[in-house]
Amino acid sequence: MTEPSSGNAGPKKISRRKLIAAGLGAAAGVSALGAGAELAQKYGLIPPDHRGIYGLGETLTYASQRLLTRHSLAREFSRSQISERPFPNEMAPPSEAFKRLQSGGFADWRLTIDGLVARPAAFSLDQIRSYPSRSQITMIQCEEGWSYIAEWHGVQLSHVLDLVGPLPQARYVVYFSLEPDWWDSIDMADALHPQTFLTYGMNGGDLPVGNGGPLRLRVPRQIGYKNVKFITHMTVTDTMKKFGKGLGSASPEGGYAWYAGI
Amino acid sequence: MSDSACLPASASAVPATKVASRHSVLVRLTHWITALCFLALLVSGVEIVISHPRFYWGETGNNLTPTLFKIPIPASRNLVPTGYGYVLPDQNGWSRYLHFQAAWVAVLTGLVYLIWGLFTGYLGRSLLPRKGQLSWREFSDEIGKHLRFERPGEAEAWSYNLLQRIAYLFVIFVLFPMIIWTGLAMSPAFVSAVPAAVNVLGGQQSARTLHFFITLALVAFLLVHIVMVWLAGFRSRMRAMITGTAIAGGAGAQESAHD
Repeated sequence: MTEPSSGNAGPKKISRRKLIAAGLGAAAGVSALGAGAELAQKYGLIPPDHRGIYGLGETLTYASQRLLTRHSLAREFSRSQISERPFPNEMAPPSEAFKRLQSGGFADWRLTIDGLVARPAAFSLDQIRSYPSRSQITMIQCEEGWSYIAEWHGVQLSHVLDLVGPLPQARYVVYFSLEPDWWDSIDMADALHPQTFLTYGMNGGDLPVGNGGPLRLRVPRQIGYKNVKFITHMTVTDTMKKFGKGLGSASPEGGYAWYAGI
Repeated sequence: MSDSACLPASASAVPATKVASRHSVLVRLTHWITALCFLALLVSGVEIVISHPRFYWGETGNNLTPTLFKIPIPASRNLVPTGYGYVLPDQNGWSRYLHFQAAWVAVLTGLVYLIWGLFTGYLGRSLLPRKGQLSWREFSDEIGKHLRFERPGEAEAWSYNLLQRIAYLFVIFVLFPMIIWTGLAMSPAFVSAVPAAVNVLGGQQSARTLHFFITLALVAFLLVHIVMVWLAGFRSRMRAMITGTAIAGGAGAQESAHD
């Protein structure tokens, strides 16, 4: 047990040159990190939930995928690949407010958009359906692991945002479900992405309630939980600090990452 | 004994016992960081699988479609038809956060190891089978030794044997890249930029199933690795990977102390 601890090398002397080089290296490293953080902030590479013990991984994932995917399109599939059984995930029983709107055929359903926009507005479903309709055959995959492919019909969110006129400082679009405590947000790159739809139809018919009808946000480059069902309200903002705990959505408050491109 | 310990390595006569360096700081650091990350990835991965212990082949699969196979355990979500009457607690939130964070640290650590290993020649010297080592004779000898559970000789305290080299190379250059690839192939954002990453695997659910099988292979490697360390001498091998030193001595002591 009293073996000599170190091996054949004698005590190492750190030369002055090495010390200076190490000091310079450390200083360069710290300033590079600082400059990197500033650049990352400027180009929108820092997610709202970047603090905390998982902030490092979340930030690396968001920043790298944002750089890699700014203009990329989610994979689209052929009609023959559409799932015969699009699984509607579990949901709490609809609220009284939802049932009331449903009994009226959703005629009184409104989507209000406010915040950093030039012309805040409220849209009925008929209005939304009157805008240029687009379709995409894309996959929705749940964080649990299951998935299905469907043809989704809707209007590009960018089209509706154009109508309300986001201000130049806009950085996020926050969206709220009719159901309580169900809200999320995406950055402008996703909000203005051509495949981000306000979706009202599926596989040639109306969007079933189980799948998010009458109005669901489709963000096909992110997994299921970012695709919030029963959308009634959107707010354009430059900071997430004012919303909930400031983490970007209800997801991080429940333990889930804000960015869900993975 | 304490006198001889500080002799330079080039001392002509090998003393009865001598402490010499075995694993460099970089090998030890990257080894333990990778081990920690693997543990984190495994625990969080199991938690994520528990929310949907069903596997499919192709692009899609869900609770309403047939499976390729199921793991016979209860799930952490109540809509999964497991046949068990109860639902496990849902741990997916922190599990997903931890899974991706540990993946990042593991990948960055692996990159440091690879770049250092190529730059210093460590990979070629210590992991590539030596010249003349790649023969059927060497193979059958080595396999025979393993099957007889023979304790490794003194030489193996200083250098990896043939099967070890092949196993480590396979993990580093086949299993690790495959687990990263199949993981990325499940990311809808990543495959929007690189669709071939998932298309050549046959679909997103195929990628998930492959990710699971490669995990099983890595777990099998880990178990064998631990058993081998145990058989070779748990204390001496742990000492080498923690303090970086091994004790030379006895018959057949080798001079190659730089692996």
